[in-house]
Amino acid sequence: MLEKRIIVCLDVRDGKTTKGVKFKGNIDIGDPVAMARQYYEQGTDELVFYDITASTEDRGIMIRVVEEVAQEIFIPFSVGGGIGSVQDMRRVILAGAEKVSVNSQAVKNPGIIEEGASLFGSQCIVLGMDVLADKDFPSGYRVVINGGRVPTELDALAWALEAQKLGAGEIVLNSIDTDGMRDGYELTITRLISEAVTIPVVASGGAGRPEHLAAVLTQGRADAALIASMVHFGDYSVPQIKQYLHKEGIPIRSDWGL
Amino acid sequence: MIGVLDYNAGNLTSVQSALHYCKAKFTILSRPEDFLHIDRLIVPGVGEARAAMEYLQNNGLDQAIMEFCQTGKPFLGICLGSQIILDFSQERDTSCLGLMPGTCKSFSLTYGEKGISPRDFKVPHIGWNQVSWPEGKEDYLFQGIPHGRSFYFDHGYYNSPLSKDHVLGTSDHGISFPAVIGFENIRAVQFHPEKSGAYGLRLLGNFCLKQPGDR
Repeated sequence: MLEKRIIVCLDVRDGKTTKGVKFKGNIDIGDPVAMARQYYEQGTDELVFYDITASTEDRGIMIRVVEEVAQEIFIPFSVGGGIGSVQDMRRVILAGAEKVSVNSQAVKNPGIIEEGASLFGSQCIVLGMDVLADKDFPSGYRVVINGGRVPTELDALAWALEAQKLGAGEIVLNSIDTDGMRDGYELTITRLISEAVTIPVVASGGAGRPEHLAAVLTQGRADAALIASMVHFGDYSVPQIKQYLHKEGIPIRSDWGL
Repeated sequence: MIGVLDYNAGNLTSVQSALHYCKAKFTILSRPEDFLHIDRLIVPGVGEARAAMEYLQNNGLDQAIMEFCQTGKPFLGICLGSQIILDFSQERDTSCLGLMPGTCKSFSLTYGEKGISPRDFKVPHIGWNQVSWPEGKEDYLFQGIPHGRSFYFDHGYYNSPLSKDHVLGTSDHGISFPAVIGFENIRAVQFHPEKSGAYGLRLLGNFCLKQPGDR
């Protein structure tokens, strides 16, 4: 039986892991490679690195982080942030990432999903989408871009279906309302999208306690749950979370041989 | 010396890193003449069957793989590299190497035939899934790995060999499907051992050090 994945997200800026609340007020919390190794050893199922820098110089630093991670961490990981062309995709894939995540750039140029999927395969292309509750939209949620700062006219559900059609192999759905609040995932939109698409959906934004993961993986019908603050700040460890989910009867990888 | 085939199907970085970790001596092969001095062959790969087969054929690598396999030396196909050893792939209706009788099938088509909802069993099949084998029939690749441990999968098509004897391990996603196939010197795994943590590394280490039939 396919197990539910626990994915740890590392936001990387200037070669350091950083964490903010609702995409703001970021503070540095450590070396991404060392943190990735630790999470790997603790049985994390997958990692996500978001490059939250903008300059070209810093992009080079990010590629070196990806290369180092690929050398010593033997679980899948994806890289997102600033991926604007298939050349960008190729760069992170060649550095050793399994998957690339496109977000704002895919809204501006949906063709990048199609092009990426035909070049590298759908399994490589992840659509990251940030959503805000908005009752004027059919699904009740609208898509926002540029790190949550710029609202679009896209309905969250419609965009998820469109991305699937274009060839995305997975969706990471992040709720801006709950991001960094550690008060639980946005279950409504997660369930709505997860039940409508046939590709895996990763829930993101709001994990604070193991119960939150249990809720989004059952009621929210997510295939995987993304976490950050709750483990970065030491409130919980990945094994602790997995133990809880296992006890709740959620299929989870509980023996990783380390 | 282990040869890892570079045939323009995804990147080799992860497989190389894992082999480094296993302290294996390996070389990257890109032309038929590179096959001369290797005693083990790994064909990795992510991507799409048609493009991969065309690349192999245009570069004489299909013949090189088949000739290598006839020598009886150990062969390991990974993911796409496992699917192309069968006769045929439903992915863009592609003729494959035919090292093993059978077809690589689409999950989506099979779900359609069997009335399984793709919303319950999503495609691609992405994530960690348990691999089982019949009691007492542990393949040499699984030495030191407990039965039923999880490996990382990422695929929309699955191997369906004609002979049940060629199925060495199974997994489950809506249907039971072969996760490991093989006979004699040929082994092919649908999952990614290079991305399957300590147990995946163990499996790769077994391939590098042991011989088919080892107990």
